[in-house]
Amino acid sequence: MVQVFENKTSYNVVGTRPIRHDGIDKVTGRAIYGADVKVPGLIWGEVLRSTEVHARIKSIDTSAAKKMPGVFAVMVHQDLADPGTETTRNGLQDVDREFFNIMAKDKVLYKGHVIAAVAAIDRNTAQEATRLIKVEYERLEPVRNVDEATSPNAPILIEDLIGDHLGENVANTNIATHFRHEFGDVEGGFKLADLIVDREVSLEMVHQGYIEPHNATVIWHEDDKLTVWSSTQGSFGVRDQTAKFVGVSPSQIRVNYSEIGGGFGGKTKVYLSPIAAILSKKSGGKPVKIVMDRPSVFQATGPAPGGKVKVKMGVTNNGKITAAEATIRYEAGAYPGSAVNAGAICIFGCYNIPASRIDGFDIVVNKPKSAAYRAPGSPQAAFAIETVVDEICENKGWDKIQFRLDNAAKKGTRRGDGVLLEKVGFEESLDATRNSSHWNSPLGKPDNGKLRGRGLACGYWMNGGGPSTCDLMLSDDGTVMMNEGSADIGGTRASIAMQAAEVLGLAAEDIKPSIPDTDSIGFTGTTGGSRTTFATGYAAYLAAQSMVKELKTRASILWEIDETDIEFSNGVFRSTKESELKLSIKELAEKLGVTGAPVSTTSSVNMAAGGNGYAVHICDLEIDPETGKTDVVRYTAIQDVGTAIHPSYAEGQIQGGVVQGIGWALNEEYFINDDGSMANYSFLDYRMPTSLDLPMIETIMVEVPNPNHPYGVRGVGEVPLCPPIAAVGNAINDAIGKRIYEQPIKPGRILDAISKD
Amino acid sequence: MTTNTTNIHIRTKINGQSYEFLAPSYMSLLDALREIVGLTGTKEGCLDGNCGACTVNMDGRIVDSCLVLAAEMNGSEIETIEGMATSDGLHPLQKTFLEEAALQCGICTPGFLVAAKGLLDNEPKPTERRIRHWLAGNLCRCTGYDKIVKAVQKAASDN
Repeated sequence: MVQVFENKTSYNVVGTRPIRHDGIDKVTGRAIYGADVKVPGLIWGEVLRSTEVHARIKSIDTSAAKKMPGVFAVMVHQDLADPGTETTRNGLQDVDREFFNIMAKDKVLYKGHVIAAVAAIDRNTAQEATRLIKVEYERLEPVRNVDEATSPNAPILIEDLIGDHLGENVANTNIATHFRHEFGDVEGGFKLADLIVDREVSLEMVHQGYIEPHNATVIWHEDDKLTVWSSTQGSFGVRDQTAKFVGVSPSQIRVNYSEIGGGFGGKTKVYLSPIAAILSKKSGGKPVKIVMDRPSVFQATGPAPGGKVKVKMGVTNNGKITAAEATIRYEAGAYPGSAVNAGAICIFGCYNIPASRIDGFDIVVNKPKSAAYRAPGSPQAAFAIETVVDEICENKGWDKIQFRLDNAAKKGTRRGDGVLLEKVGFEESLDATRNSSHWNSPLGKPDNGKLRGRGLACGYWMNGGGPSTCDLMLSDDGTVMMNEGSADIGGTRASIAMQAAEVLGLAAEDIKPSIPDTDSIGFTGTTGGSRTTFATGYAAYLAAQSMVKELKTRASILWEIDETDIEFSNGVFRSTKESELKLSIKELAEKLGVTGAPVSTTSSVNMAAGGNGYAVHICDLEIDPETGKTDVVRYTAIQDVGTAIHPSYAEGQIQGGVVQGIGWALNEEYFINDDGSMANYSFLDYRMPTSLDLPMIETIMVEVPNPNHPYGVRGVGEVPLCPPIAAVGNAINDAIGKRIYEQPIKPGRILDAISKD
Repeated sequence: MTTNTTNIHIRTKINGQSYEFLAPSYMSLLDALREIVGLTGTKEGCLDGNCGACTVNMDGRIVDSCLVLAAEMNGSEIETIEGMATSDGLHPLQKTFLEEAALQCGICTPGFLVAAKGLLDNEPKPTERRIRHWLAGNLCRCTGYDKIVKAVQKAASDN
């Protein structure tokens, strides 16, 4: 059931900017991340990775590695436990075939695919031992992109894959899924149109680019219980997925929380913990640590799908959209499960379209299995739709904001997948854009011969809900210990604690948040889908409400009056009849002993849906016509954040998303060699934006509270990554008068476009 | 255990404290700090000098500790993130990073702080451009750098 709240607009704690609770540890180097974990008797694991892009494994000879001094254990795929077809509760990812992604069985499907693993006395010895493992391959032709994968005689990656093509079972295919969302009279809609624009964009895979590599440390105890540390967005996801692949029940595994050095969706799957677990078991229960190196992070984890997105849109001469059609073909990587479903939900999410058809294709190719990346699937889709909308406005000479306002998604709009929207803040965000200083300032003309352009683009992400747990315990000094289950990637301890503080009338600092191990807190979903401040925050809100209720009971015992004669506001309990009877939470906390047991409350929630995030971005950039280099010179991100619980961290999410998007638009790509391998697997060659590449990123937070959250939280972290590729692309078009439909829009492509006069 | 490993005898000062230990000849300064000395505040991000997460100060110079051999520590003075706060409290940069919300996940933060301190020690009033140039060797994927640059500016203006 979805509850509807009357949202307030002013609060005591919500909307303030306290110092985050985990801040001191993170500026002093004391915070313990996964790779920092030290356990007595620790040994190191290392994996052997495929040097081939697509090949059958003919044989694996581990005998020399096993004999090497200092080696404790060697493993191959057959040492894992076959999970069958069950799925875990953590439904964010398609995990069915992860069993073969974690360690290849008889085929390798990308360069970097794990084949075997070694545990040894130290990291260096483990690395040397992997080099002694001999693998014989039978090389197969690589499938490098969606066009090759779907060509008539394409090599088939997964022989037992049965594709679901609009409900038909299809064998011998690289298309895992073809689905369709359709409503209204699409053909009729296009007949009503005075202008139809039909374009296809292409994109390369990009990486999330978290700075902390994946890692895992596992102890397989003698009683078949396991202790795990791993850099993850969700400890319960690690628990459940690891259990599945090593053949134990999830309750046999305890995953300890360690700090996580970035994820952006890329740390929602397991890569190393099942391997470290089996190595620990085979080493007689020694703790085994594995830390992935950066080339492997690029070649074997992450990427967001590349692919092709085609959008056709019809409009009337008076500026109304009549129909739209999309074909989204995403690279899943080596195994099914790209973000094409979410891409299809989002592609028309900004607009009120009377008739639409969306075809989605999930296609396997010889590249690493794709993972979620911040609004998974939506940025690629937004590149297509926002390019088409820009072309329509340009063609007709329409105001780019007015056209969007005339067709904006609002309460009651039917999204492309059929869902009806609740109250959303897209129109308010467009109004804020029109009134912004950036939109109203002249673009200016540089005197250095560079070409300047301004682009506008929008984005949509639905935001997630799901299960979360929060426990609160009142201390004698009136502070509140808080346990919550969400991995904190960017300040969610603070944003969750602040919601409890708001209810209790305490300061943010009076709440002491901890993220315990999976044995010590109720199930909580993975931090992803912009769900954490929304869902775990709501659990904290409810636990705090329960604490207020319990404390009212205690005050009634203390004062020997009826509970219904006690009111609570701003952290103080008062008798409504006798004005001298009042106690703050801190005063009451000291006296609890005489009223009964210690006071602790808990709340678990399962939130139906998130709050629908909308973003509008304005990008000004300069292009050097001699080199084709693009410099972003001004950038403003306007976003409906619902309510910003901690405005600094909400801004930070927006700025970080924008900059990832600028990198995606201009520089970042998996540059694929002819043989199908990735050429640029270092931070030197996979060029993410540095501080020198960027201006300050201006943010305008529009607050249209989410009616399904008591404080109006919508989720903030993902939608800022949706508009930038198109915003940059539209600005480049404005600067050079040419559209480039291939991402990344790199210097060579710009020079080619300029020279085609 | 690795065959033919030679251990190097190292005497060094880390955060003002004298240390003496043996390190394998192949070992990096980063691994010596993390695995031998036990200072894990310095982070491994890429092991090829491109991310800056392992930045430490070596004899007054900012280095990527993954690219320096442990053997080179001998006779030198190293400053790491663990030495930035003193008994008087946090370094001004640590304070402004907290106040300005200049960290999200925090993995790059030690490297940024050590690098930024290296700048302000020698140039107390850098321009925004200078800060951005100086910090270009440190990658942050969470913040978009905005609040990091502002935190360094604030610490500089408080100088």
